[in-house]
Amino acid sequence: MNIGYLLLVPLIPLLVFLLLGVFNKRITPAVSGLIGVAGLAVSTGLSYYAAFQYFFVAAKVEGAYQAFVLKGVWMRFTETLHIDMGLLIDPISVMMLVVVSTISLMVHIYSRGYMKGDAGYTRFFAFLSLFTFSMYGLVLATNLFQIYIFWELVGVSSFLLIGYYYTKHSAVAAAKKAFIVTRFADFGFLIGILIIGFYTGTFDFESLNDPQGPAILHWASTSFMGLSAISWALILMFMGGAGKSALFPLHIWLPDAMEGPTPVSALIHAATMVVAGVYLVARLFPLYFFVDEGFVLQIVAYVGAFSSLFAAIIAITQTDIKRILAFSTMSQIGFMMMALGVSGFAGHEGIGYMASMFHLFTHAMFKALLFLGAGSVIHAVHSNNLLQMGGLRNYMPITNITFLIAALAIAGVPPLAGFWSKDEILVAAFAASPLIYGIGVVVAGLTAFYMFRLYFGIFWGKETRYAHAPHESPLSMTGPLLVLAVLSAVVGFIPFSQFVAADRIGFVAQLHWELAGVAVAVGLLGIGLAWRFYKTENALAGRFAQGFGPLYTWASHKFYLDELYLFVTRQLIFKRISAPIAYIDKKWVDGSMEGIGNKTVLIASKIKGLQSGRLQDYAFAFIGGVVLLALVFVYLWTL
Amino acid sequence: MIPGISITEVLTLSSILFFIGVYGFMTRTNLISVLISVELILNASVINFVMINKYLFPELLQGVVYSIFIIAVAAAETALAVAIIFNLYKQVSSVAVRETETMKY
Repeated sequence: MNIGYLLLVPLIPLLVFLLLGVFNKRITPAVSGLIGVAGLAVSTGLSYYAAFQYFFVAAKVEGAYQAFVLKGVWMRFTETLHIDMGLLIDPISVMMLVVVSTISLMVHIYSRGYMKGDAGYTRFFAFLSLFTFSMYGLVLATNLFQIYIFWELVGVSSFLLIGYYYTKHSAVAAAKKAFIVTRFADFGFLIGILIIGFYTGTFDFESLNDPQGPAILHWASTSFMGLSAISWALILMFMGGAGKSALFPLHIWLPDAMEGPTPVSALIHAATMVVAGVYLVARLFPLYFFVDEGFVLQIVAYVGAFSSLFAAIIAITQTDIKRILAFSTMSQIGFMMMALGVSGFAGHEGIGYMASMFHLFTHAMFKALLFLGAGSVIHAVHSNNLLQMGGLRNYMPITNITFLIAALAIAGVPPLAGFWSKDEILVAAFAASPLIYGIGVVVAGLTAFYMFRLYFGIFWGKETRYAHAPHESPLSMTGPLLVLAVLSAVVGFIPFSQFVAADRIGFVAQLHWELAGVAVAVGLLGIGLAWRFYKTENALAGRFAQGFGPLYTWASHKFYLDELYLFVTRQLIFKRISAPIAYIDKKWVDGSMEGIGNKTVLIASKIKGLQSGRLQDYAFAFIGGVVLLALVFVYLWTL
Repeated sequence: MIPGISITEVLTLSSILFFIGVYGFMTRTNLISVLISVELILNASVINFVMINKYLFPELLQGVVYSIFIIAVAAAETALAVAIIFNLYKQVSSVAVRETETMKY
């Protein structure tokens, strides 16, 4: 399979970014929107073509999908250790290409309506293109360093887009927070990469992941504090992934990141960038699985499960509709990580891996839809606050229907997309550990509950009187909603397990009726409770919340984690560590340097009188010197 | 060879001339006088060239040729220096050495 044309997929958005960025002021908004959409449409077409070619035309070898690599050496350290730049085409990268293209295209089209009349319209599209380019690069990376470079690039694009409304203080603070937290996590990622490079002598995914390769065969040759050195590297890389994917305890940036424009939240903070951590673990899955008998995967599983439960509980208590969706995203990503963590490798045992990728795929569709729907609501109501909404079903029929489909999908109601992927995850968890399965079921119920709390709160509930009558959004916004709604409904029927699997061979997944039944029952219970509490205005929910007492307050303050972080950074790190260091730096380090400078100036001002400007003084000095030298040479320099 | 005069006497003459020039260069307060002192120094060297040529290599002419060069260069240098002094005079209405002291740090 010739994959050269796939170079265009990332390069077109880059070109669009440069074009829109350089000629920012000269391009009228209408044109810049068209350029952005058109460029991305080409990339999307190429991605779909590549997916078709890869899965249906290129032949499997011995039943397994082959990886296609196109790369060139970019920077050479030693004979074996070098950084390459290139494209890696394998099942998960092709799947991610499809996800990124689809969501990004929908968000581009949607943004033409949503951002209409905004002063920074062209800048917005330029940043969106930059992000899309970086995400393509991340997905197609052939080695750890390339993925790291694009990893940072998506971080920067995310920073730029969260801080898009740069005159708003909260947006600037949120952008800074997102950047610092993820950057802190990426520090672990970088160290992990360096350890891997040191011990295995390669950064290349294909050679790292080869079950017969040296990295996997000789993992036991180096040990450090009871684990293989490679395990430590994998833990550090998971830390990077946890930062990007907003897992506990590095999730604190994600709710604040909702300060960005809503299409950005849909694209970056729901569908694509935040799943980069999942993608990273999946990308290195054989290494995670074989080194130390999968010890690190257990960490992944428990961190994922805990984050998932934690975020779901917080989501119930929030009132900002975008933040509810943000916590929901965090919860679903925890789900994906959990599935990866409990996965086996070969054949049907790899169901967790496949379920994780499947859920990533379906989640991207319905979560983007939820965000875009929320954007449509915000566009109409001019508020993020759930308490100020209600009864919108009468004003916004299309948004209502599509939002309902997405909510049903994420709640796991058959036959929508979320049902299938969630079921696979629960099957994998059930096989692995009762605790994780239990958490999974509880989270499934909570997800259904908070999602319908949101849905009923926006579209049903009390009949709110609005200052301006809300109206349905324009076609440019409802169009993508409809497309994504259709996708959310049908993508579950894709026989995913035959395309994406840890060993690339695939298997035939079966529906496990008992487990699916439990999940659906729990989901319906959650929906039923939400129906009872929120469909019509009543006091039940308030009384129910009071029943939980302090736990409710605790959860509604996000378990005071932000405050804890602020305390640790402001009170402990800034005051106890940074301030003394700053003092030493200013007084001693800078002081000694400035002292040298000051002394030099002082001496100079003392001796500058020597340069008197008097011609005859100079002549005197000159002749005096000549005479002196003559005397020395004649009388003293006797060899 | 000049009968009755040894090279020592001639060199003494040129040394005296040279040091008069140096002394004048350093003590005169008038730029024109300073210029004249420079001429004295140059002339002392011209005498040295001619006489040493005469006493050490009487069959050659280099020293004499050089002295003509020096006279030519001295003439050019004087022309230049006088031009500078004229311009300076236009600026500060004076030819005193003291007035040129402003060019410093």
